[in-house]
Amino acid sequence: MSERATDKVDPNVATEPGQPERVGPEIIVEATMPRRLLRSVLSRSLEYGLLIGFILLCALLTLVSPVFLTPINLLNVALQGSVVAILAFGQTFVILSAGIDLSVGSVLALAGAVMAMQTNQHGVVVGVLVGLLVGALLGTINGLFVTRARVAPFIATLGMLAIARGLTYVYTQGSPIRVDQPAFTVFGQGTLGTVPVPVILMVTVFLVSLAVLTQTRFGRYVFAIGSNPEVTRLAGVPIDRYVVAVYAISGLLAALGGLILSGRLSAADPNAATGYELDVIAAVVIGGTSLFGGRGGVFGTLIGALIIAVVSNGMVLLNVNPFWTQAVKGAIILIAVLPDSLRRKTWYA
Amino acid sequence: MSDPPGAAVELRDIRKSFGGTHALRGVTFVARAGEVTALVGENGAGKSTLLRVLSGVTPADAGNIRLDGQVRELRSPKEAQAAGIAIIHQELSVLPYLSVAENVYLSRLPLRGMFLDWRRLTADCRALLDRVGVRIDPHVRVGHLSLARQQLVEIARALALDAHVLAMDEPTASLSDDEVRNLFRVIRQLRDEGRAIIFISHRLDEVFEIADHITVLRDGQVVGTLSRAAATVERVVSMMVGRPIDQQFPKQPTRPGAPLLEVRDVWTRELLRGVSLVVHRGEIVGLAGLVGAGRTELARAIFGADPIERGAIVLDGQHVTIRNPGDAVQFGIGFLTEDRKKSGLILNFALFRNHTLPSLSKFARAGQLIERLEVEAFARWAADLRIRARSPYQPAHDLSGGNQQKVVLGKWLERNPRLLILDEPTRGVDVGAKVEIYEIMNRLAAAGAAILMISSDLPEVLGMSDRIVVMHEGRVTGEFQRAEATRESVIKAAIA
Repeated sequence: MSERATDKVDPNVATEPGQPERVGPEIIVEATMPRRLLRSVLSRSLEYGLLIGFILLCALLTLVSPVFLTPINLLNVALQGSVVAILAFGQTFVILSAGIDLSVGSVLALAGAVMAMQTNQHGVVVGVLVGLLVGALLGTINGLFVTRARVAPFIATLGMLAIARGLTYVYTQGSPIRVDQPAFTVFGQGTLGTVPVPVILMVTVFLVSLAVLTQTRFGRYVFAIGSNPEVTRLAGVPIDRYVVAVYAISGLLAALGGLILSGRLSAADPNAATGYELDVIAAVVIGGTSLFGGRGGVFGTLIGALIIAVVSNGMVLLNVNPFWTQAVKGAIILIAVLPDSLRRKTWYA
Repeated sequence: MSDPPGAAVELRDIRKSFGGTHALRGVTFVARAGEVTALVGENGAGKSTLLRVLSGVTPADAGNIRLDGQVRELRSPKEAQAAGIAIIHQELSVLPYLSVAENVYLSRLPLRGMFLDWRRLTADCRALLDRVGVRIDPHVRVGHLSLARQQLVEIARALALDAHVLAMDEPTASLSDDEVRNLFRVIRQLRDEGRAIIFISHRLDEVFEIADHITVLRDGQVVGTLSRAAATVERVVSMMVGRPIDQQFPKQPTRPGAPLLEVRDVWTRELLRGVSLVVHRGEIVGLAGLVGAGRTELARAIFGADPIERGAIVLDGQHVTIRNPGDAVQFGIGFLTEDRKKSGLILNFALFRNHTLPSLSKFARAGQLIERLEVEAFARWAADLRIRARSPYQPAHDLSGGNQQKVVLGKWLERNPRLLILDEPTRGVDVGAKVEIYEIMNRLAAAGAAILMISSDLPEVLGMSDRIVVMHEGRVTGEFQRAEATRESVIKAAIA
C-alpha cells in the first residue's frame, strides 16, 4: 500500500513532501493489471506470512520425508483436503458476512444420504440434483433464522447441526446406504488423467468463489455486510437477501462435499463428517479470515485447508502416533491466529 | 457521611482539546455544597466534555480541580469515584440482570465468609432507598424497572459510594412529568443533605425550577453564572447563543421550485407525533431542534430505515411507499447520517469501494465489477469535492473528519439524488472543510436538488437554510423563512 503513495504522483503537479496531493484520474492508469490481481489475491485473503508458513511447512516435510514431494503424495494431500476445503469455501462466505455455520457436517451427511437414496431410486442425475437442493434448502433455512428470526448465527446453525444429523439417522434408519453406480462414485473415486475428481471440484469451487468474492457485486456486498451491515443497508442494499444467499451457498457446498464423500466410499454414512465443522472453521481461521467478518478470502482458506491436510499427511509419513493429530491441529490454529490477535487492543469478546 | 461540610467542587481554567478542536478553553466553574448548579449551553458548547473531565474519563490538558479546597488529580474514573464524584449519565450504566441491591452495592458487596451476605445487602439497600424516599424492592431485577426507577437506582449507587458531588447529564430526558417531579424531590433531598448537585439539561423550565445557580457555557467557555433570582429565560438564551454570525456561511440565493418532498402527518411508534413538512426543489431546509427532538428519527423514517406507523410521503407529487432504504435509494434519495463512522462509511473499505457502494450496479459489465471504472468515478468526485486522500485504495479510516464527510457526500452524489438528507453534515469537521461542504450544498440546490439539513449548530442552520423547520418532542413547533428567523425565535420553538 505504501508504495502507491509515491508511484501515482502526477509529475505535472508539484507536491510538497508530506502534503497529501490531490487525487486525480491520472492515478488509475498506473495500477497495472497483474499487480492488482496479485494484490487482490494476497492482501485481501491473507498475510504473506501464511503463504510463507505453508511453504516452510512443505519444505520441512520434503527434507524429512522423501515421499512428501512426489506427485502421487501431493495429489493424495489434495484429495484428503478437498472435502474440508470445499466446505471451508462456503464457510468463508458465511464468516466474511460476520456469521458462522456450524451445521456443515450434518448438512453434508443428510444431503449425502438423500443423494444416495435418490440415486438408487431415480438415477444419478435426479439423485445429485435433489441432494444439492437439500443442502441449499437447509442453508436457506439457516439464513432465514438468522435474518428474519434474528437468531444468532451460532445458535441457528447449532440447531441445524442437530436437526440435520437427526434427520439423517431417521432417513437412513441409522445404517449406510450403498450406491454402486459408477456415475455416482466417480465424484469420489474418479480421476481426470491423474488428477482425482474431488481435486478438480475443489479447484473449480475455489476459482468460482474467488471470482464471486472479488469480481461481483454479490462478493462486494458480502464484505460490506460483514464490515458494517448498517452502512450497507443504508446504501440501499437488501442485506437480508444476501445473508440468506451466503448460508445457502454454504449448504450447497456442504452437499457437494456429501457427494464426494459418499462417492468415495460408495455409500452414504449417516455418521459422515461428524465434527467436520471444526476442521472447516479452522481452515478459514488459519487462512486469515476474521471471525468478525469483512476481512479475508478464499485464497487464505485454500491454504488453511491445505495446511491442515499437509499436517495430517506429514504425520502419517513420519509415523507419528495418529492420536497426536488433533492436538497438533489445535496448536496450529492458535499459532496461525497469534500475529493478528496480538495486534488487537482488547479481548476477543 | 450525612454531613459533608463545605463539600464543593471547583474547576479552574480547565482546558481540553481534541486534535485541533478546542472543546474547553479555560473553564472555571464552581458547584457548592448544598446547592444545585445547572449547566446549560447549546450542543457542542462543552458540557459533556466538562463532565468527562470531572468524571476522570478524559483528563484535562490544563487547569486544576479542587474538592473541598484541595487540588485533586482525576486521571481515571476510579480516582474521581474515590474523590466522591459520581456522574449519572444519560445512558444509564446499571446491570439489568442483577437485582437492585446488587447494583447499588456492586463495588463492595457485603460478604459472609465466601458467600454474599444477602440479608445485610438487602437491609443496607432498603435503608439507603428509604433515606431518599424511594420505594423499590431491593430484590427486583433492575431490568424490570422503568427507566425513571433505574435512574434512581443509579443515584442510590452514587450514595452508596458516599458521593459528595453528583453530576446528572440530562436526567429528565426520558422521564414523564410525574417522574420528573419525583426525581426533583430526591435531588432536593440530596441537596439538603449538603451534597453538591450539578444538573445538566436542555429544558430551561426545569433548570429554573431546580437550580440555585445557572452557569452558561458557550464554545468551550463559561459565559457567566447567574443566581436563579437574577436569571430570566431571555437572558439565559441570549447568553447561550450570543455568538455573532460571521461570514463563514457562503449562502447563495436560491429560487425554490415545485415541492419535491412532502411529509404528511407522519407518526412513528417511538417518537414522531404527526410531523408534516415540505422541501422544494432547489431549496435548503434546515431542521433545527434539540438532541432527541425527533429530527434524525424523521430522516430515518423518510429514508425507510425505520417504519412509519401512519402518514404519507409524497415525492414530486406522487405518493410513494418506502419500505426500506433500498426503496429510498431507488426513488433518488440520499442520506448522510449523523455518525459517519458508524453508519456512513465502512472504515476498513478502500475509499473507492465506499464511494460506489450505493451505485454498484453502474460499475458492473456482464456481472463483473470493473474496478477501473470504480476508481475513476471516485477520482472524479474526489477532485470535484476536493477530497484530500493519498490514493483511492486508502482505507476510509485514514481520512480526517471533513474528508470522510466528503466521501459520504460523494457516494450519494454519484447517484445524482433529487433529495439529499444531511444529518449534521459538518459535525466534527474543521472550518475550512465546513465551508467547502456548504459550497457543495449551494451547488446542489442551484442544480435543482432538494436538501433537508438537520443541524444542531444554530448559526449553521440560520446561515445556510432557505427555510427553517423546528422540532420539539416529535412535533414541528415552528417554521421560519430565512429572513424572519432569529436565534431567539428558533431556540424558543426548540425548547417550547
